[in-house]
Amino acid sequence: MNIYPKNTGTIFISIPLMLAVFFLSSPLIAKDSQMLSGDEPAYGDAIVVSSIGDAHSLVPILASDSASSDICGMLFNGLVKYDKDVNIVGDLAESWDILDDGLMIVFHLRENVKWHDGAAFTARDVEFTYKKLIDPAVKTPYGGDFERIKSLDIMDEHTVKVTYKEPFAPALSSWGMWIIPEHLLKNEDLNKTTFSRNPIGTGPYKFKSWKTGEKIELVSNHEYFEGRPYIDRYIYRIIPDEATIFLELQTQGVDLALLTPLEFTKQTNNKFFQARYRKFEYPSFGYTYMGYNLSDPKFQDVRVRQAINYAVNKDEIINTVLFGLARITTGPFMLDSWAYNKDVKPAPYNVEEAKRLLKEAGWADTNKDGWLEKDGKLFEFTVLVNQGNTDRLRCAEMIQRYLKEVGIKMKIRVLEWGAMIHEFINKRRFEAVLMGWFLSRDPDNYDIWHSSKIREGEFNFIGYKNDEVDRLLVEGRLTFDRQKRAEIYHSIHRIVNDDQPCLFLYSPEVLPILNKRFRGVEVSPIGIGYNFIKWYVPKDEQKYR
Amino acid sequence: MVNYILRRILGLIPVFFGITLISFFVIHLAPGRPTDLQTTLNPKVSYEAKLRWEKMEGLDKPIHIQYIRWLEKFIKLDFGRSYIDDRNVSEKIRERIPITLLLNILSIFLIFAIGVPLGVISAVKRESFLDKITTVFVFFGFSVPEFWLALLLMSFFGISLGWLPISGIKSIDFEYLSLGSKILDVGRHLILPVAIAAFGSLAGISRYMRSSMIGVINQDFIRASRAKGLKESEVIYKHALKNAILPVITILGLSVPGLIGGSVIFESIFSIPGMGRLFYEAVMARDYNTIMGVLSIGAILTLLGNFLADIAYSYADPRIRISKE
Repeated sequence: MNIYPKNTGTIFISIPLMLAVFFLSSPLIAKDSQMLSGDEPAYGDAIVVSSIGDAHSLVPILASDSASSDICGMLFNGLVKYDKDVNIVGDLAESWDILDDGLMIVFHLRENVKWHDGAAFTARDVEFTYKKLIDPAVKTPYGGDFERIKSLDIMDEHTVKVTYKEPFAPALSSWGMWIIPEHLLKNEDLNKTTFSRNPIGTGPYKFKSWKTGEKIELVSNHEYFEGRPYIDRYIYRIIPDEATIFLELQTQGVDLALLTPLEFTKQTNNKFFQARYRKFEYPSFGYTYMGYNLSDPKFQDVRVRQAINYAVNKDEIINTVLFGLARITTGPFMLDSWAYNKDVKPAPYNVEEAKRLLKEAGWADTNKDGWLEKDGKLFEFTVLVNQGNTDRLRCAEMIQRYLKEVGIKMKIRVLEWGAMIHEFINKRRFEAVLMGWFLSRDPDNYDIWHSSKIREGEFNFIGYKNDEVDRLLVEGRLTFDRQKRAEIYHSIHRIVNDDQPCLFLYSPEVLPILNKRFRGVEVSPIGIGYNFIKWYVPKDEQKYR
Repeated sequence: MVNYILRRILGLIPVFFGITLISFFVIHLAPGRPTDLQTTLNPKVSYEAKLRWEKMEGLDKPIHIQYIRWLEKFIKLDFGRSYIDDRNVSEKIRERIPITLLLNILSIFLIFAIGVPLGVISAVKRESFLDKITTVFVFFGFSVPEFWLALLLMSFFGISLGWLPISGIKSIDFEYLSLGSKILDVGRHLILPVAIAAFGSLAGISRYMRSSMIGVINQDFIRASRAKGLKESEVIYKHALKNAILPVITILGLSVPGLIGGSVIFESIFSIPGMGRLFYEAVMARDYNTIMGVLSIGAILTLLGNFLADIAYSYADPRIRISKE
C-alpha cells in the first residue's frame, strides 16, 4: 500500500476545486433537501468516512494529496466554488465584477465571516494567501495560476481588486483556492508551521483532533456563514486496505466509502446492503488514455494511430474491466462539460478499417508470422503501466489482444510509480504509457497539450505539436465569453481527436456508497457532497453522540 | 569479563556507522527524489519551482556531502525532518513505536508461551499423533499468507459472529470510555492481529525447540539423571530444558530489532498506524530522512540484540564463560 493506491498515476490539477467537491455546500440548493414525512432535519450524529491514505499537511495551499484536500475542503473556503450544476458561484466572495475585458476582477467579500478562533475574515487574508502562493520559499504546488497576477490591491476590508498581466479566463476558477488566516500565519514558515497539524479556517467544520495514521476528527462550526451543519461530527478514518473498507461497511463501522466497480455491481446487492445503504453514481473528472511517444518513428504516421483507435474495442473494455461503469471519451475534456464536443463521435470498433490503414501506412505481414513488418522491422512496442492499478493492467491486457488481431505486438511492463515517472516518462524513455489525467473544472489544459511544455518534468511528455491547437489553447485562456470559449475548445477537441496523439479510452464513474440514515443527499453532475451541510440524520436514527 | 564487554561495545560503533553509510548510498540508488512526491506531474508546479525546492532541501549537493550533513545532525540525535510533511522524523517515529512495540511484545510473548511448550511436548512425545498434529498446525501457520488469513478471520469474527472489531486499534468513541473500558477496547482490537502474527511465527520457535530438545534428551547426562532416579518431569523441565533453551535465547536476542519492525501488509489490513507503514510510505516517497531514521534505530537494535544474546548465552552456559576467560 502506498500513498496513492488505486489512483496511482492519475494526475491532480487544481485539487481544491476538484477534490473538495464532495463537501462544498451551496446556498442555492438549500430548498432541495429531501424531507420524508416524519423526518425532521435534526442536529447531531457523526459521519464516518473512510480514506486509504492519511493527510500530510492541513495548510491548505500545501495540500497536494487527496486526503489533505478532503479535510481542507471541510475546514476552509475559497472566494468561489462550484455548485451542483458545475457553475461558479460565490463562497467567501458574495459577488464579483469582471472588468477591462478580463484584465481585472473585483471581489466583494462577505461580511461577518469569522475564522474558527473568532477573528474576522477580511481582504487582508486574501492578500496574504496570494502573497504566500507566489512566494518561492513556500512549497505550494498551486502558485502557477497566481503568478499571472500583476497586482492584488485591498480596496477596503471587504473588497479586493485583482489585476492580471493578461486576460486569463481560468482566473475566476483559480480563486476556488482556500484562503488562509493572515493573523495566525503571518509570522510562520508555512512549510514547517504547527498550523499544519492544528488548522483554523472559515469552513463548515472545525478541526478537533488528528491521530496520525488512525483518524482525523472535525466538529461542526455553529457560526458557519451558510448555517450550522446538521451533522455534528465528521470522522475521517484511515483504512489503507480496500478489502478492509468493504468489511467495515458490512459492520457499519464506516458510513461513506467509494466502491470499486466489482463491489458496486456484484457485492452490494444483497438484503444487508439494500436495507442499510444507498449507492450513487456520477462521472469522475478524469479519463484514462494510452499515450504514444510521438518522437518514436512507429507512431509518427497518423494512420497508425488512427488504426489503433479502430482496432481497440473500448465498449468491451468498459464492460469487462469496469462492469460497464465508465463511458467512452474522445477528447481531453470532461464528458458532461460545456467544453466537450459532443459532435466528435468515438471511432467504431472496426478491425478491417484498422488493417487497411496500417497497410496504407506501409505495414505488411510479409513473412506470414502473424506480425506486421516495415523495412524489415517488426511492429512491436512496450506499454508502461504503473504498479498498484489493476484496472489499468487489465485494460492493457485487452488492448494487447486487440492489437494482436491486427498484427501489432504489444508488451506490457509494470513499473513502480516513482521509477516510472523519473526514469521513463521524464526522460522520454518510453514507447507508450497507459495513464490517466484528473482534470480541473476549468477546461484550460494548456500545460498538457501546448507544444512548449516538453521540458523534463512537464506534461506534454508525449510530444504533441499542432500549431492550430497551440494557437487555440492560448486563445482559450484569453477569452472570457463562455460561448466563444466553448467553440475554441470544441475545435481543439476535434483536432486532437483527428490527430490521435493518444488513444482516448474511458472516463470512469465515481461510486460512493452511503449509510441510509443520512437524508438530504441528491446526486448531481458534481457529485453528492455539494450540499453536505444540509445532510442530516433524523433524531431517532442517530447513531453517535 | 568487563574488559571483554567494553571491547565488544567499542567494536560495535564502527559497524554501526558502516551500516548507516551503506544504507544512505543504497537508498539514493533508487530513481526519484523526495521532491517528486509533491511535484510529479502536477501541472501547477513549474520546473523552476521544483529545482528551487530541491535546492532548499540540499538535494542538489553531491551525495557524500549529503551524507556528512546527515551524520552531523545524527550525532546530535537530530534525525531531521520528513520530506513528506516536514515534521520531525523523531516525532513521527515516536508516534508509531508504542503500538508497534505493544503488538510485537504481545506477539513474541505469545509465540514463546505457546511455541516453547509445543516444541517440548513434540520432542518428548516424538512421532506420536500429538507430534504430528502439532507439526501440521505450525506449518500451516507458517505457510498460509497472513493477509489472507487476516481477512478470513476478520470476516468470521467480525461479521459472522460479531465478536471482534474489524480494524483499527481503538473504537470511534474511545475518548468517552472509562479507563477500564479503554484497555478492554484496545485489547479487543489487538486480539486478531496478535493472534495471526503469532500463529505465523509459531513454526520457527516450536521446531527449533523441538530439535534442540531432541538433541539434548538423547545425551548421556539425561540418561544418567534418569538412572539417578529423578522424576521424569524434573529430568525434562529442569535439566533438559535448561540446556535445550540456549539456541532459543539466541533467537530471542535476534528478535530484538524485530520489535520495532512491522509488516506493512499486515498493518494496512488492520489499519494499524505502525512502523511498517511508516517505513514503507517513506520508501515509496523517497523520504530519505525517515528511512535513515528507521534504519539507524533498526541497526542499533540489531547490534544490541546480538550483543545481549551473546552475553546472555555466555552467562547461561558456564562452558562458554570459562573458555572466554
